Amino acid sequence: MSEEFKVEIVNPEQSFLLKEDVTEIIIPAFEGEMGILKDHIPIISFLKPGLIKISSKSGEEDYYVEDGIVEFKNNCLSILTSSIFNIKDVNKDKVNELLKEAEEHSKNSEITDQNKYLVDQKIDILKTIN
Amino acid sequence: MATLDDLKKRIASVKSTQKITKAMKMVAAAKLRRAQENAEKGRPYAEKMNNIILNLTNGISDKENAPKLLSGTGEEKVHLCVVLTSDRGLCGGFNTNIIKKAKAYFKKISEEGKTLKIITVGSKGHDQLKRVFKDNIIEKMSFKESKTINYLDAEKVGKMIIESFEKLEFDVCTIFYNKFKNVITQIPQEQQIIPLKTSEVEGESSDDNYEFEPDEDEILNNLLPKNISTQIFKAMLENSASEQGSRMSAMDSATRNAGEMVDKLTIEYNRSRQAAITKELIEIISGAESL
Repeated sequence: MSEEFKVEIVNPEQSFLLKEDVTEIIIPAFEGEMGILKDHIPIISFLKPGLIKISSKSGEEDYYVEDGIVEFKNNCLSILTSSIFNIKDVNKDKVNELLKEAEEHSKNSEITDQNKYLVDQKIDILKTIN
Repeated sequence: MATLDDLKKRIASVKSTQKITKAMKMVAAAKLRRAQENAEKGRPYAEKMNNIILNLTNGISDKENAPKLLSGTGEEKVHLCVVLTSDRGLCGGFNTNIIKKAKAYFKKISEEGKTLKIITVGSKGHDQLKRVFKDNIIEKMSFKESKTINYLDAEKVGKMIIESFEKLEFDVCTIFYNKFKNVITQIPQEQQIIPLKTSEVEGESSDDNYEFEPDEDEILNNLLPKNISTQIFKAMLENSASEQGSRMSAMDSATRNAGEMVDKLTIEYNRSRQAAITKELIEIISGAESL
């Protein structure tokens, strides 16, 4: 029996990624990282800033996301996100730029606790990419 | 009657206008294809968003305490209307149609004694509305600088609407835009986005029992603001395709009309040229006879 399922990542502008041969995916769900294998029960959750790790027959890929919504149903995982990029394709300048932006945002005193938490997460992740 | 010289000048001017309209038509056709592609690419996101929202609202346990974006504030006193138009003119009835639809709605609202607030996106709509509804316009936005429709712009509009909603500045929000049916037909649409009418959401809901993490309410709270931006984005994509389609057909008929005009003017020009020649001949002949 095959152990593969489908992963679909969509941007508002276009379909970002479609993979049919994914064996495991790890997503940064809001309440902690979540690993999903085939035949997981249907689930809806949303993402916090972090890394999506996709393992498939053709190798492993890492993507950085800032937010998004995940739905898993009938062995098809859909991720809706407006900010995602492949770690391999990104240059350091862009990461630094995001990092700087996030750090400034974090210093803002009017920020709510929840947002502060999310921004700090973002900073940690960006630092690890660097 | 116009002199020969005048006619010649007019023919030349109509011909150069024709050249411009023809070029504009070509440009619009090329842009239309791109806009249509973009609209198609953006569709999966909106569809999936709708599906998830439907599944969520079906699964929600406590309907009384549903988020306000879904259930409304319980009142319908203040209406916010977001009118999406283009930034450029010369596109036939595109902007006028949206404005007409919006004005009909505005009239209905003010007759019911409710307060009206307007946000215009796109400068052409603002130009047309400011004459009558100057006091109702609370914000005007324009994305002239962005070459293509992008999600960030839509998000800006979405965020502004959400912020204003959280300050309880309005109860109902409706957006106006043109839906792209085909090159010749664009249908002006009004769509209520707050509170969300789930019965109008297209999509398939499934009976699967979902697991929610965290709970439904929190996901909905996170998702509904995103949905506002998504709906605006969708409207903007439809609008840009409609704009180009409308411009293309407008410029097409302008080119045709210019062609007809050139033909008519040419006939007139030739006639008066011949008349002048005949007149000269008559003068010469009668002059020779009198000798």
